[in-house]
Amino acid sequence: MAATTYIGRSTSRVDGRAKVTGEAKYAAEFNTPGLTYGYVISSDIAKGKITKIDASDALSLPGVLQVFTHENAPRPAYFDRKFKDDDSPVGDKFKPLYSAEIQFSMQPIGLVVADSFEVARYAASLVKVEYKAETPETNLRQKPKGHKAPTGKTGFTPPKSRGNAAKAYKNAEVQFEAEYFHMPEHHNPMEMFASTVIVEEDGKLKIYDKTQGVANSQKYITKIFGLSKEEARVINPFMGGGFGSGLRPQYQLYLAVMAARELNRSVRVVLTRQQMFSFGHRPATLQTVSLGATKDGMLQAIKHEALGETSRFEEYTEVVVNWAGMLYHCDNVELGYYLRNLDTYTPLDMRAPGSVTGIAAFETAIDELSYKVGIDPLELRLKNYAEKNEFEGKPFSSKELRACYAQGAAKFGWAKRPAQPRSMREGTKLIGWGVATGMWDAQQQKSAAKANLSVDGKLVVGSSTSDIGTGTYTAMTMIAAETLGLPLDAVTFKLGDTTLPVAPLEGGSWTVASVGSAVKEACEAVAKKVFSMAKDVKDSPLSGASFDEVEFVDGKVQLKGDYSSGVSIVEAMRAGEVNFIEEETTTMPNMLKQMQYARNTHSAVFVEVEVDEDLGQICVRRVVSAIAGGRVISPKTARSQILGGVVWGISMALEEESVLDHHFGRFMNHNLAEYHVAVNADIHNIDVIFVEEHDDIVNPLGAKGLGEIGIVGVAAAIGNAIYHATGKRVRELPITLDKLL
Amino acid sequence: MNSFSYTRAQAVETAAREVSTNHTAKFIAGGTNLLDLMKENVERPTRLVDLTRLPLNQIEDTDKGLRLGALATNANTAYDERVEERYPLLSKAILAGASAQLRNMATDGGNLFQRTRCYYFYDLATPCNKREPGSGCSAITGYNRVCGILGTSESCIATHPSDMCVALAALKATVNVTGATGERTVEFADFHRLPGNEPERDNNLKPDEIVTSIDLPADGERFAKNFTYLKLRDRASYAFALVSVAAALDMDGDTIKEARVALGGVAHKPWRKAEAEDLLKGQAATKVNFERVAASLLEGAKGYGSNTFKIELAKRAIVRALTMAANGQH
Ligand SMILES: Cc1cc2nc3c(=O)[nH]c(=O)nc-3n(C[C@H](O)[C@H](O)[C@H](O)COP(=O)(O)OP(=O)(O)OC[C@H]3O[C@@H](n4cnc5c(N)ncnc54)[C@H](O)[C@@H]3O)c2cc1C
Ligand code: SF4
Repeated sequence: MAATTYIGRSTSRVDGRAKVTGEAKYAAEFNTPGLTYGYVISSDIAKGKITKIDASDALSLPGVLQVFTHENAPRPAYFDRKFKDDDSPVGDKFKPLYSAEIQFSMQPIGLVVADSFEVARYAASLVKVEYKAETPETNLRQKPKGHKAPTGKTGFTPPKSRGNAAKAYKNAEVQFEAEYFHMPEHHNPMEMFASTVIVEEDGKLKIYDKTQGVANSQKYITKIFGLSKEEARVINPFMGGGFGSGLRPQYQLYLAVMAARELNRSVRVVLTRQQMFSFGHRPATLQTVSLGATKDGMLQAIKHEALGETSRFEEYTEVVVNWAGMLYHCDNVELGYYLRNLDTYTPLDMRAPGSVTGIAAFETAIDELSYKVGIDPLELRLKNYAEKNEFEGKPFSSKELRACYAQGAAKFGWAKRPAQPRSMREGTKLIGWGVATGMWDAQQQKSAAKANLSVDGKLVVGSSTSDIGTGTYTAMTMIAAETLGLPLDAVTFKLGDTTLPVAPLEGGSWTVASVGSAVKEACEAVAKKVFSMAKDVKDSPLSGASFDEVEFVDGKVQLKGDYSSGVSIVEAMRAGEVNFIEEETTTMPNMLKQMQYARNTHSAVFVEVEVDEDLGQICVRRVVSAIAGGRVISPKTARSQILGGVVWGISMALEEESVLDHHFGRFMNHNLAEYHVAVNADIHNIDVIFVEEHDDIVNPLGAKGLGEIGIVGVAAAIGNAIYHATGKRVRELPITLDKLL
Repeated sequence: MNSFSYTRAQAVETAAREVSTNHTAKFIAGGTNLLDLMKENVERPTRLVDLTRLPLNQIEDTDKGLRLGALATNANTAYDERVEERYPLLSKAILAGASAQLRNMATDGGNLFQRTRCYYFYDLATPCNKREPGSGCSAITGYNRVCGILGTSESCIATHPSDMCVALAALKATVNVTGATGERTVEFADFHRLPGNEPERDNNLKPDEIVTSIDLPADGERFAKNFTYLKLRDRASYAFALVSVAAALDMDGDTIKEARVALGGVAHKPWRKAEAEDLLKGQAATKVNFERVAASLLEGAKGYGSNTFKIELAKRAIVRALTMAANGQH
């Protein structure tokens, strides 16, 4: 293997050093002389009106520049569509400081701007607000009646039914039906949402914004404020976690730009941890699953219905129930998805949105059925294995789920599992084993990239994508370096800047597939130029060759496999008398080819738990996650993604919930002491297996994306293991100890 | 956070006097609780009197037992060899709390004064009698998973969240305080109070009184063998107790000479009951006997909805902790 072969080989993060030394800067860390500081005032109530707002005490504090409220803030754009962003659901948009109306708890109702953060924060506490409060409605379960979800949002396919599930269910030898529920969860990335808006001498804005898509933030701001792209450059080189929370511009961006323009000063606005609970979240969802089967476990009917929560002003939808029509072979499937409007902010995509919750319920139901029919839960899944996607009636571009089951089970030792619940114990600890399947999409989006190779052999590649911690910098550097046969340290990948070629939002696990394909194409375009110059070198060994016959390795272009035939890149470019070669390409997915196939990642998750028989304390001792995700570009960061997904799955299964006090319509555990996420002490053995999966349909790289699949299935596998340990089925997440007493 | 002035205390007496004459002044030690509360505007002192330079961070032997200086950090206390050897229950309780970083900053004195973790207490948007007397108690009819089941009142059902204090209660520690008007010693059982109709008061100290040290009685060493601190919580570390039990037995063979049981996470103070402990005097370490103690300790317990499970959980935890202690499992 050539030294410049990187794909599939473990590489440490190229940005690792910058991150651990603090050299990597985040949106709230960019400074400029004369920077001012904005502090957001949040609403105390969830519904009603502001009747009076008195900022006089705040304004009289030395250092306070302005207090913006709905009474004095500008309203730069009237139409809703100007506030639309690339991830907007159907509906009206929330427009900060536009009116006295309160639509959700902790709604931003004011912005104090001062010449120091401390003064701004203190001044914010001096602003007196009076409200006329109305009773909010935030309890999804209280009147669980919803309406049909709209289908306008990109990516949301309305669930199609097939066969006659009602009849098949009625006639089935074995019937099972249950209701499942989970509370809202918040993304809680480590880094707080922040925007630093620098007003440059010529009046243009340079905006450092925490976002999963600089292009999205730029579009949002330029539309609202009527600016050209040149007048509002958006930059975000690093992100301290996103998980979907950065898919939409958050209100601090609007407020910071608004204040900067009004005051003609550079402004930074950073949200507090408490305020991180004031916008998008994973919606609470109530689900019903009904399964009909033959005595020997063949699925006859599947019904899956979900009721999700959304705000009063937008119709947030996610794909919760469709998976039930794709995971297994079944002729009769009925799916229903409903929404209910509540007095909360609009939910927002959160790692594997819809799938992680829909599959949590559905894969629990499958487990419950396995006990009803008396068949091993893994065997039941294999029996009903879906050879094609029956929801869309298409073959899979590739599906190595069987290999996931087999390799996962072997590694875990599943064959030794006793069928009966409560049959394994160590002292006061009950031990249980559970399994679940996971599924997510393998998507590719249109993306552009630019590559610039200079005669000194240095390559700079750029695309406006972001690295939300997933390892984009590393994977793109590897792809670029390998395509042109360069050492890794000769390659610089730039991202997160609207002056770079446009990439899609960083989400949906499509970045490696989309941006990676564009990077590859741009580098290939450069390679072609280098090749034609290499052919013209005096006595070139490549003179008679075609591009298909050569490869780029170890800094040169050579006949495939023939190390003696090479012309170095530098030599070729010198001969061609160029200082650099620059190519920009836009890569489109091959829709015609892709449309004929269902494109998905799959996983099998095996879990061992121990549960204290008397005290209900749960410990996830072992997880084996076997992933079929196409070609693995960067094994190290890929493994980290799956590990992170499993950790979050444990967190979701056992700990995470945003507690609502329905009386106040307010999330009450809005800090990281009380919103529990898994800590180190909760995490024990996790094994990650990537099974071989060849796929030349999903995209030219054959990579399917691994950002989300790792979390899917974990919660169900844990719940199933808890049942196997205790004989107690908990149908509500998180599974806390009180539910097992 | 409001603006405030800051001074570094030079001597205990002057510091006490400073706070006695300025009702909006407050002491600060490690700052791990006070600063959080200030950021949330729950506490708004106009002046901070920093105690950390006072010479009160020693752990030393006295004729009464072992004396913990009020400014000894939680970490230094938990890992002190004398504490580990003679009062391992205390080490274990401290290490069950917070995180390594917090324990490095947190002081023993400050730990006694840490305020409740009731969600409403922290959120100015909601009524709370403890934060704003007379405004009402949101937790009683709201989300009260972290609230108390014993010794609650109509005006407040908050708990004292400390782990360390549960062990100190079981060990019958005493607290030495110095105020503007002099020194006194307070029994641990009398240090904290129940909410009654003055939930704004967490303890029986006057605002100007400084804790200078905590005495661990010499006879507490009897419990160095058969003890346990059992903490039940929503994750394996870095979470406050839903229920915790400090159990300590002085055993003579299989017979219990004396028992100490204190509960955390269930009341406005570490919960102890002498009659319950006396049930084990001269008795064998059996499940039935432990269940009687549990029933007695939980007598009169009242659940408020999301915390009702704590009644059963506490009973089971008591039985488990006593069983472990009797078996010499920590
Ligand atoms: C996220 C988080 C998790 C935590 N988890 C736990 C846990 O699981 N278990 C647990 O027990 N604790 C836990 N803690 C609490 C921690 O133990 C306390 O914050 C700490 O002990 C307080 O000590 P301090 O020195 O920092 O006090 P400070 O914050 O400095 O002071 C607290 C109060 O005590 C007063 N005070 C301080 N010293 C004296 C003195 N000598 N005399 C008179 N008054 C004084 C101050 O005026 C102030 O009002 C946690 C804290 C945090 C932030
Ligand atoms: S329980 Fe006490 S601290 Fe909590 S809201 Fe009620 S009064 Fe406030």
